[in-house]
Amino acid sequence: MAMWRWSVREMADRVRAGEVKPSELTEAVLARIRETEGKIRAFLHMDEEAAMSRARGLDGRAGEARGLLFGVPGAVKDNLCTAGVRTTCASRILANYVPPYTATAVCKLEEHGAVLVGKTNMDEFAMGSSTENSAFQKTANPWDLNRVPGGSSGGSAAAVAAGQVPFALGSDTGGSIRQPAAFCGVVGLKPTYGRVSRYGLVAFASSLDQIGPITRTVEDAALVLQAIAGRDPRDSTSAPVEVPDWTASLTGEVKGMRLAVPREYIGEGTDPAVAEAVKRAVETLAGLGAVVEEVSLPHTKYAVAVYYLIAPAEASSNLARYDGVRYGVRVEGDNLIDMYGRTRSQGFGPEVKRRIMLGTYALSSGYYDAYYLRAQKVRTLIRRDFEAVFERFDAVVAPTAPTTAFRFGEKIEDPLTMYLNDVLTIPVNLAGLPAISVPCGLAGGLPVGLQVIGKPFDEATVLRVAHAYEQAAALKLEPAGL
Amino acid sequence: MKISLEQVEHVARLARLSLSEDEARRYTEQLEAILEFADQLQELDVSGVPPTSHVLPIYNVLREDEEQPGLTREEALAGAPDSEDGQFRVPAILEG
Repeated sequence: MAMWRWSVREMADRVRAGEVKPSELTEAVLARIRETEGKIRAFLHMDEEAAMSRARGLDGRAGEARGLLFGVPGAVKDNLCTAGVRTTCASRILANYVPPYTATAVCKLEEHGAVLVGKTNMDEFAMGSSTENSAFQKTANPWDLNRVPGGSSGGSAAAVAAGQVPFALGSDTGGSIRQPAAFCGVVGLKPTYGRVSRYGLVAFASSLDQIGPITRTVEDAALVLQAIAGRDPRDSTSAPVEVPDWTASLTGEVKGMRLAVPREYIGEGTDPAVAEAVKRAVETLAGLGAVVEEVSLPHTKYAVAVYYLIAPAEASSNLARYDGVRYGVRVEGDNLIDMYGRTRSQGFGPEVKRRIMLGTYALSSGYYDAYYLRAQKVRTLIRRDFEAVFERFDAVVAPTAPTTAFRFGEKIEDPLTMYLNDVLTIPVNLAGLPAISVPCGLAGGLPVGLQVIGKPFDEATVLRVAHAYEQAAALKLEPAGL
Repeated sequence: MKISLEQVEHVARLARLSLSEDEARRYTEQLEAILEFADQLQELDVSGVPPTSHVLPIYNVLREDEEQPGLTREEALAGAPDSEDGQFRVPAILEG
């Protein structure tokens, strides 16, 4: 098997066993990227020389105490700060931004011996569900080059699906790891809010944002999460909870576990072919001895409205910092106020401006109670829906997205239609829960994702269920024609 | 009408965005549609429901007030579009 096809686990094991050198692995993935990137366009920037020199440096460290990802190449979304390396958030306003510090999650990857080869494309400031909102380029879905990879972590998901890297980090505010993972036929894990430090993640909606891995296997997702999780004094919302050994939970055993299927997730609005693929996956889990029952999460239909008030409100505040003074691009004006206005109008793209407008409106005097405060109260009702189900169940299983990957341009003209594609992932962020998307077959030749949602800080169960399904189904999903 | 062109222009000023006439018109229509969609939240009875601003039961996180390394002045200014004498430089605010 070609080296670039190896999993994170296989690469790390073989380096450890002395069968392959880190530089050989990096060379292999760089060759794969050169071969496929013309079609996929997953990367906003790469530094092959820096990656090779880092990998060669690791070659010489054989025999030292090594990390979980020693010698394994990977990529990170371009909203994760990397000292000395451009970090643009796929926005013109940060086109020239070179951060003076590195995100904690990225530092941890490096401490574990990973070799980062580049920064991946995304929707501008992580706002979008198709990666079409990147100011710089469109990324194609490796399964059908005329379709979107999903978003906002579309570059990371496409890169992993195309075999360009065995893992990549993404960020998930309303589904931005899980939905592109589902669209591209790979695994995407959004950890519990607070599980991974957000220090150095360019903020979009701070009460919802979370960093997580995109990989080709569930075990790899567990390994990468293991490397990046944990309390960080630099992020006061990173939770002081124990980090367990997640690979130990991958037993393949789900006998007697109680799984809930929310009827609101498979009804109206979900493509019947998607619902069918998920139904078969749930039957597989039942076949392994899991107890499956249908339940109701009655406030699901309000989640999109809640999210599109809360997330833009937080974004309008977070993005106030881009004013052409301390970093980023400045467009000169007649005076200070004029400079702010021109800088922000020319620096931000249409979706970012739309959300800043929406959020500013929702927070403005006279509308705060009707929109923002009410959305926060309904957020409580959505959390309570999950709490009630988790009193009786170990995990919730559902589709990740209501459709498979759509065509370029299909939804971009109508913001509301695009927002509705997030209906099955958003509730998880509002409730702060961990959830994974694992491939569960094809519908019309395109990948479908099975979503497994768990209790707060119970990534172990989420990973265990997803892994048991993955092993039992033993699907061999790989895009053809690359 | 949920939102008027005048309101959109007012919000744009609050958000420090200079919108073209065309943008202002388009955002009026789009915000109208989104707010209409958000109106479904009005049908719920939320009396007595506390708001969730944050999912974690974390409030004040404190540490010892000890000196810690931070960015140097050069590092902090390295990304600035304009700086002078070790400070950020902005267009004049006061006349004269």
